[in-house]
Amino acid sequence: MSILFVLIALGLLLMGIAVWAFFWAVDKGQFDDLDGPASSILDDHET
Amino acid sequence: MNAIAQDLSSSRTRISGFDWSMYDRPEADRVYVRHEGEQRAIQLMVEGIRCGGCAGSIERNMRSMPGVQAVQVTVATGRVELGWTAGQVRLSELLERLAKIGFVPHPLGSVAAHETGVRERRTALKRLLVAGVGMAQVMMFAFALYAKADFDMDPAIAGLLRWISLVTLAPVVGYSGWPFFLSAWRNLQDRRVGMDVPVSLAILLAFGASLWNTWRGTGTVYYDSVAMFIFFLSIARFVEMGARHQAASVSEALTLLVPAEATRIRDGRTERVAVAALRPGDRVFVAKGEAVPADGRVALGSTQFDESLLTGEGAPVVRAVGGNVIAGTVNLDQPVEVVIGAIGADTVLAGIVRLLEHARGTRPRIALAADRAARWFVAGILAAAIAIAGVWLVVDPSRAFAVTLAMLVVTCPCALALATPAAIAASIGTLGRWGILVTRPDAIEALARAQRIVFDKTGTLTAGASSAAITTLCGDASAERCLAIAAALERGSRHPLAAAFRSFEDRAVVATELREVEGAGVHGIIDGTLYRLGRLDFALGTATADDPARDATARAWLATGDQLLASFDTDERLRAGSREVFGELRALGLEIEIASGDSAERVGQVARALGIEHYASRLSPADKLAHVRSIQRQNPGVIMVGDGVNDAPVLAAAGVSIALQSGTALAQSSADLILFGASLEALPRAIAVARRSHRVIRQNLIWAAIYNAIAIPLAAFGWIAPWLAALGMSLSSIVVVLNARRIVRLARRLPDAPAAAPQRAELLA
Repeated sequence: MSILFVLIALGLLLMGIAVWAFFWAVDKGQFDDLDGPASSILDDHET
Repeated sequence: MNAIAQDLSSSRTRISGFDWSMYDRPEADRVYVRHEGEQRAIQLMVEGIRCGGCAGSIERNMRSMPGVQAVQVTVATGRVELGWTAGQVRLSELLERLAKIGFVPHPLGSVAAHETGVRERRTALKRLLVAGVGMAQVMMFAFALYAKADFDMDPAIAGLLRWISLVTLAPVVGYSGWPFFLSAWRNLQDRRVGMDVPVSLAILLAFGASLWNTWRGTGTVYYDSVAMFIFFLSIARFVEMGARHQAASVSEALTLLVPAEATRIRDGRTERVAVAALRPGDRVFVAKGEAVPADGRVALGSTQFDESLLTGEGAPVVRAVGGNVIAGTVNLDQPVEVVIGAIGADTVLAGIVRLLEHARGTRPRIALAADRAARWFVAGILAAAIAIAGVWLVVDPSRAFAVTLAMLVVTCPCALALATPAAIAASIGTLGRWGILVTRPDAIEALARAQRIVFDKTGTLTAGASSAAITTLCGDASAERCLAIAAALERGSRHPLAAAFRSFEDRAVVATELREVEGAGVHGIIDGTLYRLGRLDFALGTATADDPARDATARAWLATGDQLLASFDTDERLRAGSREVFGELRALGLEIEIASGDSAERVGQVARALGIEHYASRLSPADKLAHVRSIQRQNPGVIMVGDGVNDAPVLAAAGVSIALQSGTALAQSSADLILFGASLEALPRAIAVARRSHRVIRQNLIWAAIYNAIAIPLAAFGWIAPWLAALGMSLSSIVVVLNARRIVRLARRLPDAPAAAPQRAELLA
């Protein structure tokens, strides 16, 4: 049963990493505009 | 002009001639720059960002400047956010550098609202994720705890799992649950009981009891229920916030249309100035691809403008010398010079934004009623929970807590307090994207209920005429003379047909003492003689109606005294796409009717062309008003559609008034809905969306009533466990909010929805 302690700790650790990664992505603005990038490919790249 | 055009078409000259140091002045600093201690930040709309490469180039260049800490480029919206330390670099240096590498920056004055929206969304996303991940973990432990009886689990390990659950859930309650607590606390401070009061109470009670039982090492824990409750509620709130932001994004997009700077022409030279510095009468230069900085008239040149964000129509409109241009519209073709007529808050765009904001800020009657109902409901539930707790303490003290908790959790006032405003916001936002402005949210409800629609003809079913012709000459005046007199009389008239005479204007013929009689005609004095132009009876100054001997197809008659001079015909065109529109309106089950001041032949002609059976002709404005009132006596749901200028009283009387406006009178309009486009196409869509929103609100209220009527008694009798209550309540609230969101989805599916108008216009350019 002692494997349980490792697994619980691992689970909490992974949860922490997932939350951190998501926070980072949100703060980088990854979720600010979910429609724009899809249509930006239609834009003429005039520059 | 050509020299100027060449000078300006090369963006480099445009930049080197511009004095960026104006942005270092304290006024500019106050308007554009955000201050946080020594930190400064600014939002810029930047020309020329087209791809990720541009973004990289901007970031590299800006980071190489001293004091710059943050560079955030959003390619999709063409925005750049800069953060720097005060004192190390001046704003003007940053802007000049950006311009030098080919990206002309425009500081955004009105970013506060947008930023708040973005921050709100980001925080809500984070709270949602913390709740989701936390819930997943807690569920794992909860599963082990539920199964422990079957697997003969060591009590020490069970205790450990409870502690771990507690640790995992703490951030969910503290962080994700925070908005509920905050809102409940504010409610209590206002001495009101909102929907978040029972929610917060339930969360805190369940979490507190679990904490206590974990500490004691015995008793029930509700960690799984709490996690699920918070997560699903957060989803519902997130969706609701999305609907709100979408509605806000329309007016925000409109505000951002106006550029921050303009090219002013003074004494033959051009200079870049802030738009705020422009005054009416100034002459500005609008290059291809630039937006018009303020309302005005084209003074030189002719070009196409993209008015899609205002009108919802993708097709560009042509404006030549004398043509009205509206701030925020984009010049698609040739460079032109524009004389400014109105600036800032006086522009059409500002008027639209004001109306839109006002509509969003006003809560419709149905939402207010739902709000009130929700408050009573919540107060009732709190009282009932106390009573139930008392009863169960007597009957079965061991279950009293669980039953009271389930009771608090299971009630769902969300459909009342949350879903109705969300539905209204979603429909206002959707309509706004199609160039339909809702100025009174109650109108959506009335529009959905209406069964009869009355149209004015001239200027509504038909577009303004472009040329007039003489059909008969009765007096001894020449045709040219008659047309010139008519043109002089019609000058300055806002009647849609007045434009037909404009090309015949003669400077030698000037009318004085012009007076317009609504629904009849105009009269004025030319060279000492009184001329009357309009309906036959009006022109002759008699009360006699039609004289069958005369030419019945004529639109207007010109007379002096009792002597008829001429009759005129104008080419009146039906608005584009009208036939399809009327097909759709009939498909929606509306009774269609025309009420016009025009002759029976004319109205009949239009009615036949559109397949409309009922029409009334020769109505004065007072007659129209009486007509609409008489319809209303039988059937209150009447929609009146007019051009908004000549039929203001009738519009005011109707249940819902819709004005078609393509021009400047828009902001003063008192209509409930305003269509910006040059066609009626938006009309059936507006009605379809209104009906859908009406249906959705009704569905939500009925759903809420049924759910609560079933769930509350069950919970009171102790037949619902707290976890089931949490599931039922939060799913119920997700259902109503998602249902409200369906309005937006339906709107996207309607034929030809120009929701993508801005993108389309960009492709055209």
